[in-house]
Amino acid sequence: MAANVDVIEQVQSLGEQYKYGFVTDIDVDLAPKGLNEDIVRLISEKKGEPEWMLEWRLKAYRHWLTMTAPEWQKVAFAPIDFQDSYYYAAPKLADKPKSLDEVDPKLLETYAKLGISLKEQEVLAGVEGAPQVAIDAVFDSVSVATTYKAKLAEIGVIFCSMSEAVKEHPELVRKYLGSVVPYADNFYATLNSAVFTDGSFVYIPKGVRCPMELSTYFRINQENTGQFERTLIIADDGAHVSYLEGCTAPQRDEHQLHAAVVELITLDDAEIKYSTVQNWYPGDEEGRGGIYNFVTKRGACRGRNSKISWTQVETGSAITWKYPSCILQGDNSVGEFYSIAITNNAQQADTGTKMIHIGKNTTSRIISKGITAGRADQTYRGLVRMQRGAHGARNYTQCDSLLIGDQCGAHTVPYIESQNPTAQVEHEATTSRISDDQMFYCRQRGLTDEEAISLIVNGFCREVLQTLPMEFAVEAQKLVGISLEGSVG
Amino acid sequence: MALLEIRNLHATVDGKSILNGVDLTIDAGEVHAIMGPNGSGKSTLSYVLAGRDGYVVTEGEVTYDGQDLLAMSIDQRAREGLFLAFQYPVEIPGVVGLTFLKTAANAVRRHRGESELDAMDFLKFVRDKAEALDISDDMLKRAVNEGFSGGEKKRMEILQMAVLEPRFAILDETDSGLDIDALKVVSDGVNAMRGPERGMLLITHYQRLLDYIVPDRVHVLAHGRIVKSGDKSLALELEAKGYSEFLDAAA
Repeated sequence: MAANVDVIEQVQSLGEQYKYGFVTDIDVDLAPKGLNEDIVRLISEKKGEPEWMLEWRLKAYRHWLTMTAPEWQKVAFAPIDFQDSYYYAAPKLADKPKSLDEVDPKLLETYAKLGISLKEQEVLAGVEGAPQVAIDAVFDSVSVATTYKAKLAEIGVIFCSMSEAVKEHPELVRKYLGSVVPYADNFYATLNSAVFTDGSFVYIPKGVRCPMELSTYFRINQENTGQFERTLIIADDGAHVSYLEGCTAPQRDEHQLHAAVVELITLDDAEIKYSTVQNWYPGDEEGRGGIYNFVTKRGACRGRNSKISWTQVETGSAITWKYPSCILQGDNSVGEFYSIAITNNAQQADTGTKMIHIGKNTTSRIISKGITAGRADQTYRGLVRMQRGAHGARNYTQCDSLLIGDQCGAHTVPYIESQNPTAQVEHEATTSRISDDQMFYCRQRGLTDEEAISLIVNGFCREVLQTLPMEFAVEAQKLVGISLEGSVG
Repeated sequence: MALLEIRNLHATVDGKSILNGVDLTIDAGEVHAIMGPNGSGKSTLSYVLAGRDGYVVTEGEVTYDGQDLLAMSIDQRAREGLFLAFQYPVEIPGVVGLTFLKTAANAVRRHRGESELDAMDFLKFVRDKAEALDISDDMLKRAVNEGFSGGEKKRMEILQMAVLEPRFAILDETDSGLDIDALKVVSDGVNAMRGPERGMLLITHYQRLLDYIVPDRVHVLAHGRIVKSGDKSLALELEAKGYSEFLDAAA
């Protein structure tokens, strides 16, 4: 019993400065506060968008006015005043920089602090054997720089900001935007459709295996600016791509809304692997401040034999509310969801996935690892639906919760709907605690409390950590340790 | 100076008095055995020495290598070279044995001011010791104790001891659940670790283990107190006569 008390005390001593908590002082171009049709038009105008894009935004905005925020979720928060925010914040840049030398050095400094040196990327370009990661850096709504653009362009891969794609690849954007998450899909996605400012656009042409991992780093900097990224990734027949999304945010007192939308599309024999490591500011021990992470992520396996794989490591945010999902239309298509969610102190999470089986012999695999400590509360919510035509479809779901201390909560809400008798659905769930015996054993081998917890939790998450691309796996393991540091568990 | 000196040790668990004045001195280079009936406090003694939470020392002192052992935390004692081979080693799912061993070994090495071993060097270091204990590479790649048979768990405990190179090792009923062959392998492993710098305390019910790991001293623990001490022949005596005389006497 006492060992557990020790652990609880350790967890509670979170006086740790949030490592990434800092703000960059930089010239920012702000739209007036509040949300109305004029703001939507202003955003579109600032970005120099064509008429069709503005029309789409306005359609979404007008629809949003008719909607009410959902209330079925298990996470609790004060009603959001959507008028009390800025919906556009772009750092003042003359023109699009032709090279990194033209980018505001303070911005580059911010990224250096985050551990991403864009300059280093350029330098490494010619180095034999160095891992290649192309970065599209987003700073408060506007993509700042995109490296490796030329190299990727050589093989026909388009990797640019959403803003750029709207102007340079309108036919692709018009074809696919909103095709997986329609503008009227849900309250926050509709809001996003009206006011999204930027995100990533990726198109991989037929038969091309993207030779490097694509990555984007986000940062919410301006007080009271919600981040509304919009990302669209299309893998054409036989194309393969691995995409990494990693985020940090500065320390703030006001809640900051992050309502992103990510749409993935795979055609025949194509594959998209989408990995996220998220450690947004989680709020203090009392639950003050912190990011609201309300995200709609959905992948459509349109083509036969296609595959979409989501891996997420969510350790930050005051509230995480997201269900990266797969619509398995193409026969033999595969959907995967691997998740580690850590909630501590007063964090809340309601997360999970939806696997919709439409085509024949489609398979889905869900491995969810939830670790909760302090007074945090976490819910796994999953839907596995086998529709009438899903002959021979299979799902395997494994949902494990690890609780640390006796003040936290873990809940599982699985929905299983099957309309095809040949479809198989398997669901396993475990709930456990780090036992006193395990802690004693580790400590008797010379490990401190923190080292022991980190080891045990990493072991608990191992299956999911193994699905991350190597660059991310190391960062994720450290993150798992840090989020349990001082806060015990 | 004795390696381990226990003086008048009293301890309770859940409010119940289990140790009622244990006196014991073990010098470096010695192997002592503690035998006794169930409930005598043998495992409790090992847990108190290791520092397990819930085991409260109400009186007495323990000096380890000149230091106050009871003032040290569990992991401090371990890093200072105190090792406990568990009777029922716990499973740690997802934590690969090799990783666990390396993390523990490096923690101890760091503490001693020695250089840490990287993955390659550590594997080499472990392999020889593992082979001697009939532990395959495969076993090392499995999660700690997960799905291990009793014998495999005990062999793993001895491997950990070999890797951590403790100053003082407590082996809690290491022979329980072992067949003859496993017993021989484990005993060889333990014997290989005997040395002038190291002390050991074997806790066992049965005399049989002591044929393989021959002790320098044997003690009988009954009702939380050492009631008789002798050399290895005491173990044979106990096997013949049982513990009844001590149960009446100690009460």
